Amino acid sequence: MLQGFWKLTWIETKVFMREPMGVIGTLVIPVLLFVVLGRALGTGEVGTVAEQAPFNVPVLAALFIAVSAVISLVTIISIYREGGILKRLRATPLSPVTILGAHVIVKLAFTMAGLALLVVAGRRVFPGAMDADLPSFAAALLLSTLSILSMGFVLASLVPTARFAQPLAAALLYPMIAISGLFFPVEALSAPLRVVALALPTTHAVTLMEGVWDGAGWNGVSALALVVFFAACTALSTRVFRWE
Amino acid sequence: MPSNPVISVANLAKSYGSTVAVDNVSLEINEGEIFGLIGPNGAGKTTTMECVQGLRRPDGGTISVLGLDPRRDETALRRRIGVQHQEAQLQKRIKVWEAMDLWARLYPQVVDPDELLGLLGLESKRNSRFMSLSGGQKQRLFIALALIHDPEVVFLDELTTGLDPQARRAIWGLVTDIRGRGKTVLLTTHLMEEAERLCDRVAIIEHGRVIEMGTPRELVRKHCPERGVFFTGAGGGISQRLESISGIRSAHTEGEAHTLRGEGDDFVTNVIRFIAQEGIHITGFRTEIPTLEDVFLKLTGHGIRD
Ligand SMILES: Nc1ncnc2c1ncn2[C@@H]1O[C@H](COP(=O)(O)OP(=O)(O)OP(=O)(O)O)[C@@H](O)[C@H]1O
Ligand SMILES: [Mg+2]
Repeated sequence: MLQGFWKLTWIETKVFMREPMGVIGTLVIPVLLFVVLGRALGTGEVGTVAEQAPFNVPVLAALFIAVSAVISLVTIISIYREGGILKRLRATPLSPVTILGAHVIVKLAFTMAGLALLVVAGRRVFPGAMDADLPSFAAALLLSTLSILSMGFVLASLVPTARFAQPLAAALLYPMIAISGLFFPVEALSAPLRVVALALPTTHAVTLMEGVWDGAGWNGVSALALVVFFAACTALSTRVFRWE
Repeated sequence: MPSNPVISVANLAKSYGSTVAVDNVSLEINEGEIFGLIGPNGAGKTTTMECVQGLRRPDGGTISVLGLDPRRDETALRRRIGVQHQEAQLQKRIKVWEAMDLWARLYPQVVDPDELLGLLGLESKRNSRFMSLSGGQKQRLFIALALIHDPEVVFLDELTTGLDPQARRAIWGLVTDIRGRGKTVLLTTHLMEEAERLCDRVAIIEHGRVIEMGTPRELVRKHCPERGVFFTGAGGGISQRLESISGIRSAHTEGEAHTLRGEGDDFVTNVIRFIAQEGIHITGFRTEIPTLEDVFLKLTGHGIRD
């Protein structure tokens, strides 16, 4: 049914890797952010990165990976739409799910690659600080990314032109990180802003990932919120998504 | 001509906001036919074609392609048609062979991709990225992608725009081959020479309406029957007898130069016969025979389109 799915996914992976800026943005920048912030905020002693920093640096870096993937997705989709690439692909037997799903797989794969890089860098720079349950953390990051990506498709339908896609997506997503509860508790926000924060996938992503990282386990409410958000945005996308 | 309509369009209508792009278009295109849509910029050719391909939702009318409804039977139809769009793009960094490889994966039966690239003069570009191709090379790649599964119906929107004369001729050959294999082609073009050479029938579209339809010959005969013959030659006192040539409408003589205008397929032959009978020693001879381009300009006017 999803004919050509893996072929298209592989081609999109290669195409993405041929653009140096995209790879640097999704793989290198988050790791640099992690190392620099960890150094600056921790005391530099073994095992201090998580405990001494005023917020959870690994979770911030992971969220940054997810958000970069989403911004990249919004940009790619709007460029593909504006250039008529989506229209050309649609005129083939490729199903709409295949055309868009290939990008989701590519983004998830790069998110995992980013996490792997993060862990490797973390082990070298902050030995002892990376002994969280990594498979669970990877799963939490995947779920978070998927949920935020689904919002990316709605966003991609709203941006008017490809030129504005990246700045617009960044302008929307970075503030979401700010109020996600990572730097200060969501309870500290004013009531209306708190409602907004609780309606955003980034907030639940942070709760989920922090719990897993700190060893408190899966936060069921957050995980469920992410799944619901994913379902809602996917349903919305099928209505509002523009192919050209 | 076979009378089995592969594409039938009845009362098609499509507007974009207040712009009426297609206004009550009806067409029947037969199996094994090369059918051309011609018309000024913005006439509605692309919109008509994309409605037929199922890429646009018409506001009204009915369309059937290979007996399928392009929107309801979208998936089934996609496998059986090949399309080349007017202004398409691919991923900037996709390589030519990768695109061919992906497309080849999507259809149950495909022709040899390398052979097709060869036919289109792209064999040396197999490993080039899409963004590094010239405009004409991109165009040829899209034609290759449209033909990779040897589709039953081929849609070519401005198939030779931006191509050099060699490539254009190669593509004319390809299109004629497609018809030779019993397939059907719907194309648009702004080159009247191309339409005249390739198309079995054309429809002239203006402001979203079909204003004329038929074989290029029929249209020329109907709308531009006049022929011109210009010759110079020594032969005393023929100017009065020129009026006796069958089909003549006007004759003008200046010294030994004669300008004749007349109508009918046989007019030029009649003039030649007259020259032979009179024993005129010809030093210059030229004819002016109208083409589809003259018909086009006559029917759609000479003003530029917005
Ligand atoms: N996506 C669109 N949104 C709004 N208007 C459109 C759109 N596509 C086409 N139009 C309008 O519809 C009309 C017909 O356009 P169309 O592209 O079908 O013309 P065309 O005959 O293919 O022209 P050309 O020879 O320039 O390719 C034009 O007035 C055009 O401005
Ligand atoms: Mg057009």
